[in-house]
Amino acid sequence: MPLPEGVYGLMAEFDSPTQLVHAARAAHSAGYRRMDCYTPYPVEEAAAAIGFHRDEVSLVCLIGGLLGLAAMFGLETWIAVWAYPLNIAGRPYFSWPAFVVPAYEWTILWAGLSAAFGMLALCGLPKPYHPVFNAPNFRSGASTDKFFLCLESTDPKFEAGETRSFLEAQAPISVVEVEY
Amino acid sequence: MATKDAPVNNPMVDPATGEYRVIAPGHTFKSVTEEVSRIVLTSHTPLGWWFGFVLAGSIVGILLTALTWLFLKGVGIWAITVPVAWGFAIINFVWWIGIGHAGTLISAILLLFKQGWRNSINRFAEAMTIFAVVCAGMFPLIHVGRPWLGYWLFPYPSSMNYWPQFRSPLVWDVFAVSTYATISVVFWYIGMIPDLGTLRDRSTSRLGQFTYGLLAVGWRGSVRHWVRYETASLLLAGLATPLVLSVHSVISLDFSVALMPGWHTTIFPPYFVAGAIYSGFAMVLTLAIPIRRFYHLEDLITIRHIDNMAKVMLATGLIVAYGYSTEIFMSWYSASHWEYFMMWNRMFGPMGWSYWVLITCNIALPQLMWLRRFRVNVGLMFLMSIVVNTGMWFERFVIVATSLTRDYLPSSWGTYRATKWDYATFLGTLGLFTFLFFLFVRLLPMIPMSELRMMLPQAKVREKAEPLTEAGD
Repeated sequence: MPLPEGVYGLMAEFDSPTQLVHAARAAHSAGYRRMDCYTPYPVEEAAAAIGFHRDEVSLVCLIGGLLGLAAMFGLETWIAVWAYPLNIAGRPYFSWPAFVVPAYEWTILWAGLSAAFGMLALCGLPKPYHPVFNAPNFRSGASTDKFFLCLESTDPKFEAGETRSFLEAQAPISVVEVEY
Repeated sequence: MATKDAPVNNPMVDPATGEYRVIAPGHTFKSVTEEVSRIVLTSHTPLGWWFGFVLAGSIVGILLTALTWLFLKGVGIWAITVPVAWGFAIINFVWWIGIGHAGTLISAILLLFKQGWRNSINRFAEAMTIFAVVCAGMFPLIHVGRPWLGYWLFPYPSSMNYWPQFRSPLVWDVFAVSTYATISVVFWYIGMIPDLGTLRDRSTSRLGQFTYGLLAVGWRGSVRHWVRYETASLLLAGLATPLVLSVHSVISLDFSVALMPGWHTTIFPPYFVAGAIYSGFAMVLTLAIPIRRFYHLEDLITIRHIDNMAKVMLATGLIVAYGYSTEIFMSWYSASHWEYFMMWNRMFGPMGWSYWVLITCNIALPQLMWLRRFRVNVGLMFLMSIVVNTGMWFERFVIVATSLTRDYLPSSWGTYRATKWDYATFLGTLGLFTFLFFLFVRLLPMIPMSELRMMLPQAKVREKAEPLTEAGD
């Protein structure tokens, strides 16, 4: 795959979450769809403003948990009934109440690992390189105290001059071009 | 509770509520970030840090010596023998894992209850959990005598055609503790990713940028990522909560499933969990009080935190006291000769002194925490945290050693005197815990910066504001 070249997008920097959210809403209602906000802490309103409402982390977590439950309960049953049957104080081989505890622990283990790594996978992480890091003001602000809105060039509505004047109308600190 | 006796002009008291503030006034996104990241990113390591690090490191040396001797000679170098086959190893295991539980409580249960004050202390409480689990997990492993065969505990297709016996609480324990260790590490690491991103961006050294960059997995603060991250954090908190309750319950089942007088009781799971949280909060205070002083973090770890933790300790301490009184009541009400004797032996037998140490440290002295003046006195709270940790260690000593020395048959009675290797191993784990903690506060952000930013008043999005004319918060 050839490396993409040219402009990744236009990035506006804001001072407060309120300004960012208003700018993001304006961009969304102006018809922009391929965009993202970058904030130093979770700003739910900004996610809603760019039309991101649902994440699949809970579903991944549920599936993982159920698989963990089935895996451990199945393993215990197979071991106790078929693979290595032991007579423990005359209890039945399939003494399921005793199997609940490890199955419970593995439900949590698999659900937790699925939630954590599923979250990273859905985010497309690890991804050490990303074009937004090329913006000169990004790294000093995005993880500390500044709020960014990036309109991406792959958006059909994106047109360098027009998009820049749109962003500048939102009263940002600056608007910079982000290279690939 | 309003703090009426606090000085009115104290900036740390919120005039609107009369409560101590969770975070000092006047902070900005930048100032909280700088205050936390400077500890890690400075090239100047404080002399006091080196002193503590080397001291803790030399105690780790004692641990390594004790373990080497153990591996050469076997568990006979400890005082364990019939009838006391469990001894220090299990006492220390239960004590350490209990300490870990407060970290999970702070990071998970208080998150679910939306207790904002937990934000400044949750990271290092989680670190404390992990290091405590490291110390705890070592004990059953070395107690089995041949730790290099520890993997036999796990179900795997072996050439011996052997499988674990899943009706035993000791096997349940393997899954409870290994799940707990894994989930604690994952929760801790996932929670740290945004802060590692901050450190990557603020670090000026190549090594720092590279290492933190690697650990931050390319976190860039996209709001889409934040939404998923918040969901994952909530889910992990929701999973860690039943997990932490189950772990100490399963540990208590190691005891209560046995028919030993003093062990065979249904009060054990809840009372073990309460005791675990009790000792864990004590350990958080033992760590937090010197750290906030040493690194001047009084703005972020405030009197409010210490006061709140004291209240949690008071509440869990009372649950523990209820557990003790239930044990006493049941030993009488059961009308069982052996249960009755067990309680008498605990209180007035040859090792009765240990019972009274535990009652003094866990029940009598902590009642001082009813006093507000006591709770907001940092020095006294530090002493109290040590007292409670001592008491909780003695609780496990009483349960393990005193019960085992005198069971049903007087001909099999014995006594228990720990050897110097028992003490060396225990001291060594205290050193290991401290050593790991010193590394943590120097190399990783011990206070979650992204969560501190969320707690600032300017973090809220104001719907009514005029976005185009506003100059910013």
